[in-house]
Amino acid sequence: MSHIKVELKKEQVAKLKEICKSFNNEAGELINVLHKSQETFGYLPAEVQEIIAKELNISVAKVYGVVTFYSFFTMLPKGQHPISICTGTACYVRGAEKVLDEFKRILEVKVGETTPDGKFSLSCLRCVGACGLAPVVSVGEKIYGRVSPDGVKDILKEYE
Amino acid sequence: METIKLTIDNRPVEVPVGTTVYKAAKTLGIDIPVLCYMDLHDLGIENKPAGCRICIVEIEGRRNLAPSCSTACANGMVVKTHTTRVINARRTVMELILSDHPKDCLTCPKSGRCELQDMAVKLGIRNIPGQEYAEMSTYKKDFSPSIIRDVDKCIMCRRCETMCNDFQTVGALSAVNRGFMSVVAPAFEQDLEKSPCTYCGQCVAVCPTGALTEVDHTPKVIRALADPTKTVIVQTAPAVRAALGEEFGLEPGTSVTGKMVAALRQLGFDYIFDTDFAADLTIMEEGTELLTRLGKHLSGDKSVKLPILTSCCPGWVGFFEHNYSDMLDVPSTAKSPQQMFGAIAKTYFAEKMGKKREELVVVSVMPCLAKKFECQRDEFKVDGNPDVDYSISTRELAHLIKEFNVRFNELPDEDFDRPLGESTGASIIFGATGGVIEAATRTAYELHTGKKLERLDFTELRGMEGIRSATIDFNGLPINIGIAHGLGNARKLLDEVRLGKTNYHAIEIMACPGGCIGGGGQPLHHGDTSILKARTKAIYAEDTGKTIRKSHENPYIIKLYEEFLGKPMSEKAHHLLHTHYFDKSKKDIFI
Repeated sequence: MSHIKVELKKEQVAKLKEICKSFNNEAGELINVLHKSQETFGYLPAEVQEIIAKELNISVAKVYGVVTFYSFFTMLPKGQHPISICTGTACYVRGAEKVLDEFKRILEVKVGETTPDGKFSLSCLRCVGACGLAPVVSVGEKIYGRVSPDGVKDILKEYE
Repeated sequence: METIKLTIDNRPVEVPVGTTVYKAAKTLGIDIPVLCYMDLHDLGIENKPAGCRICIVEIEGRRNLAPSCSTACANGMVVKTHTTRVINARRTVMELILSDHPKDCLTCPKSGRCELQDMAVKLGIRNIPGQEYAEMSTYKKDFSPSIIRDVDKCIMCRRCETMCNDFQTVGALSAVNRGFMSVVAPAFEQDLEKSPCTYCGQCVAVCPTGALTEVDHTPKVIRALADPTKTVIVQTAPAVRAALGEEFGLEPGTSVTGKMVAALRQLGFDYIFDTDFAADLTIMEEGTELLTRLGKHLSGDKSVKLPILTSCCPGWVGFFEHNYSDMLDVPSTAKSPQQMFGAIAKTYFAEKMGKKREELVVVSVMPCLAKKFECQRDEFKVDGNPDVDYSISTRELAHLIKEFNVRFNELPDEDFDRPLGESTGASIIFGATGGVIEAATRTAYELHTGKKLERLDFTELRGMEGIRSATIDFNGLPINIGIAHGLGNARKLLDEVRLGKTNYHAIEIMACPGGCIGGGGQPLHHGDTSILKARTKAIYAEDTGKTIRKSHENPYIIKLYEEFLGKPMSEKAHHLLHTHYFDKSKKDIFI
């Protein structure tokens, strides 16, 4: 987890409160509130979770519990170029793991993390519906097919 | 009442609609094993996440085995609790739970009192298949001043979460992460110390394994006892004597005051004193504070706030510092009996003995884990030397007695030492919910009216209901009293006070169910609330058996004021016996 201290701006706090209010500040709407908040902020830092907990009148521990339970939610900001490696069955059997390892090695981050310069973030996803191109990697909106571990550094070069 | 007829293990049974299979079996004397399930019926708490699957049974016509703790009975149901299929599945479930559980039972603080260990014994687990390939989760240990979290031993029963969130409404703990990595932890997996935890210890009291245990101070006590340069003083809280016997196989509700004193003497303490003495002192200070505030309030002084809230319970103090920081001027400023005792022992008594405070070691025996944190608070130290050096729980004392080879049950009854060992019936009932306010009423009534109380038993203030209220007639002046035990109940009551919806003059709050008798440091009751009731009964019986039952009539308290303090709320009393509170609501939880 991250201990990066985030100073939320007044407008951001107001926006969060507005999101909570749009769900009537109901504790049962926590997941919807988190969805909307992540859509707005890109991620869910501790400070955001604290405000949500207060607005919905539930414990911060509970909010954190839900955030960590669903892999969709993230407490880390996405990089400028979010990299996703498909680890669905087809991609996996065609060597996605070796491709992933190469990304991890070069970028020196784990899955779910962002490089210290904020440029790249690394995540895995399951099947993008392009199994014919397996293994598939996406960087932002761009899709790369039949990626081999050797090709990883060429992909990264495009974003330097 | 509508009922349902079914058969369990070939025996017919009739139960009310909504009864679970587990409970229906119980009425037949069939104990289906449970692990995550917990029923604190009298407190209205039931933990049944159906997570562990130990309680599975076979129900005819159903494809899968069903968790009996959360399956409702239906008409004509045929249940089997010990078929080969059930036994094999139950054993497999247990083996899977154990596959990711540390195997350090020999050195585990819960060893011998562990429900997981007991279950492994009951189910005859002799090996764990695939153990050599199993990956073990590793999670850092969390040491707070009172509680140790070793969540590698967590089996995700979620009992602690139920106590912390549903009953206490503290919200320090929640299940976080998922799958193999899931544990119960505070927000952002911070240490307990950085969470809103009040150290009430109710999580420890219900934890079936060694995942949540108390910080053990017995090694420090042993060292102090062996140090010839130290005079070691012990004080024992009222609720300890009503439960300690359980650790030695005695019936719940057996008072062991005399044996406890004899045992403490055998352990080598130099003076065996009683926190009850300090409880009498608390009544003098808190009762006087109540009457002063009441007097000012009645004369129209708007700056004086009522109700006054009791402040003996450190779990409760922590709770209002975190959650009611806008009301810090409402609780009494009186220190808790533990801290009053320490302050008096290291001044008044030290002077009497001709000793310096550094030469004294004050040990407290408490039914409580929050007391460990309380005695470490900076405001209760003089030049770094704490008024109370070490606080040990009832369970830790039992362990010490065993380790010191004392045959507890055969000990003769002995008496506390003087002067700090003399106490009244009023102080003993501090151990049960409603007791502090009853003790305060006995004294405040007589001080206020100048009349002798005809009836000492205020039964209207007693009981197990979560929130209670009563009006006591102070010779024509009706005094409205509120009582809550359990922090969730306290929250309900306090929210009303905050909104100005109540007209209470005084409120007593205890963090634990039943008051101190149900404290987090008491012998484990494993969800059996009849044990709490038995302890309460023992407390009130001790009160009735005392000749002096009003705090202001304790001769040694009278002497203490004459020789040392002057009068209640005097400058000296203020300095030694009163405290102030801190706003912890904005405590930064980030590293």
